[in-house]
Amino acid sequence: MPHPAARLNTGKSPERPVRPTGPGFFLYAVSIATALLIILPLAYLVLRAAGADGAVTELLWRPRTWEILKRSLVLAFSVTFLSTLISLPLAWALERTDLPFKRMWAVLTTVPIVIPSYVGGFVAVSALGPRGLLQQALEPLGVDRLPEIYGLSGAVMTLTLLRFPYMLIPVRASLANLDPSLEESSRSLGKGSLETFLKVILPQLRPAVAGGCLLTAMTALGDFGAVSLLRYETFTWAIYLEYQSVFDRTAAAALSLVLAALALGLLAMEGRTRAGASFYRMGHGKRPPLRPLNLGRWKVPALALFSLLALGSLLMPVFILLMWLVRGMAAGEHFPGLPAAMVNSLCISAAAAVIIMGAAFPIAYLSARSPGRLIYVLERVAYFGFALPGVVVALALVFFGIRFIGLLYQTHALLVAAYVILFLPVALGPLRAVLLQQSPRLEEAAYSLGRSQSYALTRVIIPLARPGILAGAALAFLVTMRELPATLILSPIGFRTLATSVWSASSEAFFARAAADSLVLIALSSVPMAILIIKERSRREV
Amino acid sequence: MPLKKTHITLLAIMIPVLSVLSVSCRNENNGVGEGEAEEVLTVYSGRSESLIGPIIEQFGQVSGIKTQVKYGSTAEIAATLMEEGEKTPADIFIAQDPGGLGAVEDMLAPLPDAILSQVGPGFKPPDGKWVGLSGRARTVIYNTDKLSEADLPDDIWGFTDPKWNGRLGWAPANASFQAMVTAMIKLWGEEKTAEWLSGIQANNPKTYPNNSSIVLAAGSGEIDAGFVNHYYLYRSIAEKGEDFPARNYHPRAGGPGAVILVAGAGILESSRNKDAGEKFIKFMLSPVAQQYFTGQTYEYPVTDGVVTNRLLFPVSGINAPVISMKDMVDLEGTVGLLRKENIIP
Repeated sequence: MPHPAARLNTGKSPERPVRPTGPGFFLYAVSIATALLIILPLAYLVLRAAGADGAVTELLWRPRTWEILKRSLVLAFSVTFLSTLISLPLAWALERTDLPFKRMWAVLTTVPIVIPSYVGGFVAVSALGPRGLLQQALEPLGVDRLPEIYGLSGAVMTLTLLRFPYMLIPVRASLANLDPSLEESSRSLGKGSLETFLKVILPQLRPAVAGGCLLTAMTALGDFGAVSLLRYETFTWAIYLEYQSVFDRTAAAALSLVLAALALGLLAMEGRTRAGASFYRMGHGKRPPLRPLNLGRWKVPALALFSLLALGSLLMPVFILLMWLVRGMAAGEHFPGLPAAMVNSLCISAAAAVIIMGAAFPIAYLSARSPGRLIYVLERVAYFGFALPGVVVALALVFFGIRFIGLLYQTHALLVAAYVILFLPVALGPLRAVLLQQSPRLEEAAYSLGRSQSYALTRVIIPLARPGILAGAALAFLVTMRELPATLILSPIGFRTLATSVWSASSEAFFARAAADSLVLIALSSVPMAILIIKERSRREV
Repeated sequence: MPLKKTHITLLAIMIPVLSVLSVSCRNENNGVGEGEAEEVLTVYSGRSESLIGPIIEQFGQVSGIKTQVKYGSTAEIAATLMEEGEKTPADIFIAQDPGGLGAVEDMLAPLPDAILSQVGPGFKPPDGKWVGLSGRARTVIYNTDKLSEADLPDDIWGFTDPKWNGRLGWAPANASFQAMVTAMIKLWGEEKTAEWLSGIQANNPKTYPNNSSIVLAAGSGEIDAGFVNHYYLYRSIAEKGEDFPARNYHPRAGGPGAVILVAGAGILESSRNKDAGEKFIKFMLSPVAQQYFTGQTYEYPVTDGVVTNRLLFPVSGINAPVISMKDMVDLEGTVGLLRKENIIP
């Protein structure tokens, strides 16, 4: 879709479309191939739903269907709203102030995304449920009833605590890359921090926030684990029920298509926020380091807020898991197969992160630099897989894989393809947001010096997009670490990951084993995150 | 040197990719057993590895047949099989419940009499397409701090009494619960079943996603009683100790609340390895495997002459109704009823 306002802006810096030859052609080709891959599950759903009979139509049109659809939307909206509310001040505090222990907070607020939602649900229930730990701790004080955790409030709380990094990470990456000179001007004009944030920073964060909204809303729409444990009946739950109870692929496909239509609506909504100004800075030369703002008397409340969030989203789950682990170990539980699962998880997720990033880059780059109608469509298509339940994507690849590429069936390659379909937007969002902040004039300078496009790509574009590349790849790594349905269905026979071990143990109530695997999953994800964040910060602070 | 930096980046990209490739090579020979390379038995298991992995491994060692297993939930595996169709690499399908086996019945080959004759009529469908491997009893779990067995009704109809308001837990989306409702429709008829469902609904039961969370909730006192499968209790006791304050109650008057369900297995029609498949199922019905199921997964044996785990309530003490397997696979009627009563989405 052409962006009228963006066009208006081009008076100042003409945006040169990438020529469809050489690397530019290559970028288009990769983008189109990726989009075709992502379309596969939709094609599968249409094929399956085509066999629908009267019973399916009846299922779709009963009042209850619309009721649960409404419930899903309420959940998605609430989780998105709360995640935004949490992430904006947090991102600002992390990137713009002298908040103590910034690196630690940066790690602690990223890792929750790796916790599988059914583990998060279990933890929420055992900590905050009617007879949970908190209630037992408060019992001596005469508290025999806690506010109800089951239903909408519990599901919203759990999903927000687990998935707010979908918002925080792109917003932080975008903020880190923002042109600070505008803020400095605003501050030097005597505007307060709040006013500067709302009037200068926030408008520039729009692509990142909108992208984060899409991710959080879609993840809430597609969640099954947490909502089922917290007993909030959603549309995705109804889809799972079709598979689980009646083994009815047709009805499940018809319901999934409704979910896809919903995703289409969200995408259109987010697309409308796109039109507008350019987001890159106008200044010259190296970006001057920004003097961090002194939090002053706000330091303590800020620290308290961070601590509370870390407590709810990470420390509480870790504590409960440790408790299960210790209790199981005391009962003589043993933990077979852990090392193999660790190696498998790390390797497949690292490979998936690299490949997802590779697939996201062409789309992100083209959509930031030559936003034509085709690219707009390709970029929107990228989100389809993310909006669908994992089991649907996995079954689509079973259907096409075994029929047309039998050799690749049940190989790592097909599994990684599923990860690309499921998680491409996770990498695409932060990357695109950062690329939008880059002035195309820098690349044009490279061309005008007679350099090739590949030179511009490797020497100018990629180094400048580094925060977005790292944030996107890190997110892709974390979410593939915890992915379950596609991993179960598509992985090579005998390939066990941490996520599948957690599931295998928890589904049969082997809580100690599930806890051990979950803790390793969290620890293994924290280490690369910590290294990445610490390296990135020291690089920026040099 | 910029060149060097590019190389490092390339290396950073290649390492994970290569390691995945090497993992995939390593995985090629991670099946169990050391049989001839050409004979590989592929098992799709809808039962989790923690339950069935050890005994499958033992089969590999004893038979010398290399056995590889794909694990998932019964629903996911059944859906996968349906999508794979005739091209499925699977030789064996192990399912948690008759519904899963019934869903892919068209893809299963009839089993030989030598296998079918080993189990009683309640543990196999009339067409002999699959066979039960282990039995699980539906039961009522109750919190022992709040209740004793004498407080519990003779059969689960009694839980429709308003005195149970706010005290019950159930998992209506769970396959075992739905199997119980299927049995109930058979035993009581659809009308009385609908009455039971709305009677329980009127008592505001807490809804859980699965059996294990009901057992935990009964132990923590979140609920007083709930409808579950019998074996989750024993796993909780194994992890949390004898003082775990919940126990099973098998309704003394029997009825649908005391029905015994099975987990079973069948051989795929498309399998080119049916001999090995039959050996596999025979092994699972052998005293060794049956002893494993009752000893390690706290289930009931389906063949004669096996000593039931002494922790378990003796199966002879359960007043279980007799229901033909044929009547246990009609899940659409059950789910339709549960939907009509607005119990599941």
